[in-house]
Amino acid sequence: MDKILRINMSAKGGPALKEESNAKYPGMGGRALTTAIIAGEVHPMANPLGEENKLVIAPGLLSGSAAAMSGRISIGCKSPLTGGIKEANSGGQAAQVMARLGYAAIVLEGRAPEGELYKVVINKDGVKIDKAPEYKMLPNYDLIEKVKATHGDKVACISIGPAGEMKLGAASIACTDMEFRPTRHAGRGGVGAVMGSKGVKIIILDDAGLENRKPADPEKFREANKVFVEGLRTHAVTGSALPAYGTNVLVNLINEAGGFPTNNFKEGRFAGASSISGETIADIETKRGANPTHGCHRGCVIRCSGTYHDKNGKFLSKQPEYETVWAHGANCGIDDPDKIAMLDFLDDNYGLDTIDMGAAIAVAMDAGLAKFGDGDAAINLIKEVGKGTPLGRIIGSGAATTAKVFGVERAPVVKGQAMPAYDPRAIQGIGVTYATSTQGADHTAGYCITANVLKVGGFVDPLKSEGQVELSRNLQIATAAIDSTGMCLFIAFAILDQPETFQALIDMLNAFYGLSMTADDVAALGKQILTMERDFNKKAGFTALDDRLPRYFYTEKLPPHNALFTVTDEELDSVYNW
Amino acid sequence: MKVKVKLFATLRDGRFSEKEFEIEAGSDVELLLKMFNLKHEDVPIIFINGRHADFDTRIMDNDDIAFFPPIGGG
Repeated sequence: MDKILRINMSAKGGPALKEESNAKYPGMGGRALTTAIIAGEVHPMANPLGEENKLVIAPGLLSGSAAAMSGRISIGCKSPLTGGIKEANSGGQAAQVMARLGYAAIVLEGRAPEGELYKVVINKDGVKIDKAPEYKMLPNYDLIEKVKATHGDKVACISIGPAGEMKLGAASIACTDMEFRPTRHAGRGGVGAVMGSKGVKIIILDDAGLENRKPADPEKFREANKVFVEGLRTHAVTGSALPAYGTNVLVNLINEAGGFPTNNFKEGRFAGASSISGETIADIETKRGANPTHGCHRGCVIRCSGTYHDKNGKFLSKQPEYETVWAHGANCGIDDPDKIAMLDFLDDNYGLDTIDMGAAIAVAMDAGLAKFGDGDAAINLIKEVGKGTPLGRIIGSGAATTAKVFGVERAPVVKGQAMPAYDPRAIQGIGVTYATSTQGADHTAGYCITANVLKVGGFVDPLKSEGQVELSRNLQIATAAIDSTGMCLFIAFAILDQPETFQALIDMLNAFYGLSMTADDVAALGKQILTMERDFNKKAGFTALDDRLPRYFYTEKLPPHNALFTVTDEELDSVYNW
Repeated sequence: MKVKVKLFATLRDGRFSEKEFEIEAGSDVELLLKMFNLKHEDVPIIFINGRHADFDTRIMDNDDIAFFPPIGGG
């Protein structure tokens, strides 16, 4: 994994390929590498959909090896949604296959002439890029069916749907899973729109004839991986709750905490929570012959994913994640799991971020375009996006744009990106992350739900402002580092509670690369990444005033706790003081 | 006094989802754990009326008490 592949889509006579060593970015993978390339090579004032922007796709440091959980891929660019730097992260097969092909990063540069669409095929013999007019405006599932006919189902694909081709702000990039379905997405920040602006529809990765990447010290690596896996299996969250119920086990808990945003962030509890809970959905899946325990990539031992079947026992979508069940469920007042699963399928098919789409539909409901609770109306609105009608393009541009167009005051966004499934008034720590993250409102950037609600890694009272800044700061630093390893972020549940599991991760990195890193070095890497991202955003025009929640979170009380967001501006401005 | 008890995820196995109980005034959370044969490590997350509670938290009349096993997601 020591090469960087650059594809200049603007080159005269068609796309030009260039391979170089990654010597300029030593020891970097995943988010560290996407951030370093964007911060170092993209003008901060570049138009995100213009020729100057770049799309960087990078597996993590341990991807493509035998390390468990190492199948995450980072996709970076300047975001058309936030106007700042972006790293969107996905599971699926792409990271492992791309790493085995030897690439630390694929960088899409320039912009194809208007109307031209390309496919990139990479295998052990090299890279081929061809025009692909036959793929134009194909939804992801149809696209992958076509690819199956020509390349079989053992390859891994990175693709965009119609939303990406239309360059919409909520467009995602899909990665195929173990069953060769386009179910795993780098969802946030409109990364799909940037891929669309480059004119690349799909990257097909084929690692036939290639083996796992080899560690520098195989014996130590094997031993560390064993301890790491054991730690994940014995921790109650990663070893039992996530496999049994998936991420959606959170519905009842966050609802109980009064932080489950309902009807466009008007209330903190949803009357229909039980109907869409992880317990209920796992039960439906089992009864209909679907699989509630499933990994999104080879080498996953947590297996929080699953499949969801319709009433006739036919595959409808992957098991919708907690964020999706919330966005399309409670936030739109919808309590029918079948409708939510259909919305999940449509988002994956058109290539859309489920969080920003659920938030945009709730905003549209607030504007009177549909009634809260009307699942069929929500489905029709998403279909409008797929058709590319003017209304669909507005909704597909995300919650911030939808609120502006329809004159809705309550737009739950920071830096233009929709908040996920936790109300920051009832869970103040996550509000600090939403406000200050370099990525816009993003729960994964510093998942304070751990100590605020789950009592993992300590406890900080979610309804008070005390301790939230320190909690968010430490989690943002740790997350930036984990996002660089290729590890799934859910390992954090185990490594926050179990020092020996954290040490095993460091031992694995050291054994693989022949290094002698310590926990301090890991923290230093996290800080280095965040500093690069902050600097880029500053040069792109962001100030401290962009690190704030929308005013109504400070003035409009959230039932049942009648809570307001009370972390002060001065406290928010101290998050990056380390 | 009357209280409502809610169990979630694996805690429901062999028990119940939601039930009302009559308990003695002055009881704490610990008493409920004994009633349902639960150990401390089984229920790291306890809410009373939507606010975090502990094993020694005193229960009041009409309280709504929720027990969760170790869970996570995101």
